[in-house]
Amino acid sequence: MPVQSNPVEWRYRYLYKPSLFLACLLPALGCIGGLLNASAVLAAPGFRLGSDPARFVLDTLAKTALNLLFLTLLVTPLRQLSGNPQLLRLRRMLGLFAFSYALLHFLCYLGPYQSFDWHEIGKDLIKRPYITMGFTALLLLVPLAVTSSDRMMRRLGRRWQRLHRLIYAIAALAVLHYWKMLKHEYRQPLIYGLILALLLGWRLWQRRRCVTSRSAPPKVPERA
Amino acid sequence: MLIRRPSIIRPSQITTESVYLNRRSLLAGALAGGALTAVPIARAEEPAPLPAMLPYQRNARFSVADTPSSYQQITHYNNFYEFGTDKSDPARKAAALRTRPWSVTIAGEAEKTGSFTLEDILKPHPLEERIYRLRCVEAWSMVIPWVGFPLGDLLKRFNPTSRAKFVEFTSLADTRQMPGLRSDVLSWPYVEGLRIDEAMHPLAFMVVGLYGRELPNQDGAPLRTMAPWKYGFKNAKSIVRIRFTAGQPRNTWNTSAPDEYGFYGNVNPEVDHPRWSQATERRIGSGLFATRQKTLMFNGYADEVASLYQGMNLRRYY
Repeated sequence: MPVQSNPVEWRYRYLYKPSLFLACLLPALGCIGGLLNASAVLAAPGFRLGSDPARFVLDTLAKTALNLLFLTLLVTPLRQLSGNPQLLRLRRMLGLFAFSYALLHFLCYLGPYQSFDWHEIGKDLIKRPYITMGFTALLLLVPLAVTSSDRMMRRLGRRWQRLHRLIYAIAALAVLHYWKMLKHEYRQPLIYGLILALLLGWRLWQRRRCVTSRSAPPKVPERA
Repeated sequence: MLIRRPSIIRPSQITTESVYLNRRSLLAGALAGGALTAVPIARAEEPAPLPAMLPYQRNARFSVADTPSSYQQITHYNNFYEFGTDKSDPARKAAALRTRPWSVTIAGEAEKTGSFTLEDILKPHPLEERIYRLRCVEAWSMVIPWVGFPLGDLLKRFNPTSRAKFVEFTSLADTRQMPGLRSDVLSWPYVEGLRIDEAMHPLAFMVVGLYGRELPNQDGAPLRTMAPWKYGFKNAKSIVRIRFTAGQPRNTWNTSAPDEYGFYGNVNPEVDHPRWSQATERRIGSGLFATRQKTLMFNGYADEVASLYQGMNLRRYY
């Protein structure tokens, strides 16, 4: 069926997908705007990196990565509750953006935050558990990002599904990374942790239902 | 840095000399406007009234040559958890703090104790300006032109006895004025302390002003301490009680996280915080791509204060 006569497909391709793409870009654009403001190239109100720009950008990129990561986890429950299969096609974009922001967050840590002081960075990675956890989460995201294309999904088949279950471990590491960095202001990481526990519990409950119900077909990787 | 072609700079953009020479007072005057533009989302808040000017003499002997941080930065990037834990919270919420009338209770091992009005506390002390470095334990730093007088001069007036080995400072903790008190991130009121010889040291400063004007609320008005060789948390803001004690005071951050914050809190690049290194610091105002600066022992005041800690294991007494 050609796209033009399928309104759902048209809306997805020309409305939802580009809108989401733009929305995901906004935090990065905000940081760039703040940077341009700070160096007097731009004079746009509202874009401010603040007195400690390295800290602000680091935190903004981190929060965005974490929120996008959790949005990807919310896609499947939302799809199953709403019955809208289109949501699944947007999940890959959210996931790749989450990875991009996590990578930018790491690069901001290396450069603006630590000034490429490799000795200090090495010490951080080894001596501070929350940094080790964050770095591990980033590393684990790489195989997920690399295998996100349609071709890789076809090549891996059932193994793709198993590999991408890593996202739960990654989310847990990210929340721990956040919590152990703040340590005393535990409320925000706690909320993320609770949401993660709920999502994981929901998934496990769904799997039990699938396994015990003989009429349900085996799960096949869903195409985005 | 972006290098501009000369033709882009219009003559109208060049700062006139008189404006340039008066930039400090203009900057302070821009505080009200600055307080609004710092928050990108429009809020219906009245701009803070400009603090009153103070008479003072510059004390070059105790001032560093580093470029001072801007008034905007010093008054909008604060750790004052009584008003919230965000760096921008104190500037937004400290307007509720009433700094007059103000009294300070002097208590403990001293001959003259009791309640003193702020005027009685401040009257005998001529004010001076000292440009001090401030190093926060979070690994950022500023350079601040404080106005105040030697802390030791104040403490001597109360004749502390020989039993007074420490001085304890208590900050205001009024739930009606301070929304951050609802949080249990710290135990209230905020308490800090110094050893008596640290408090009597010439560098220990009792601060009442900033950039030639009275302290804005978010910086600890109407009076706060400043021991520049220690991490910023060692300085109590909005002081309501000064107590001479025989035993070491339990300072708030040590109570909250004893494995991370000790009593002494001396700036020491060789002793890391458990969660981050203290070897370097980010100088506020230096921009996104600025290199971190090396943190100096005792924040660069080692010549003046190292003798206070001779023979002390600074790793154990952090």
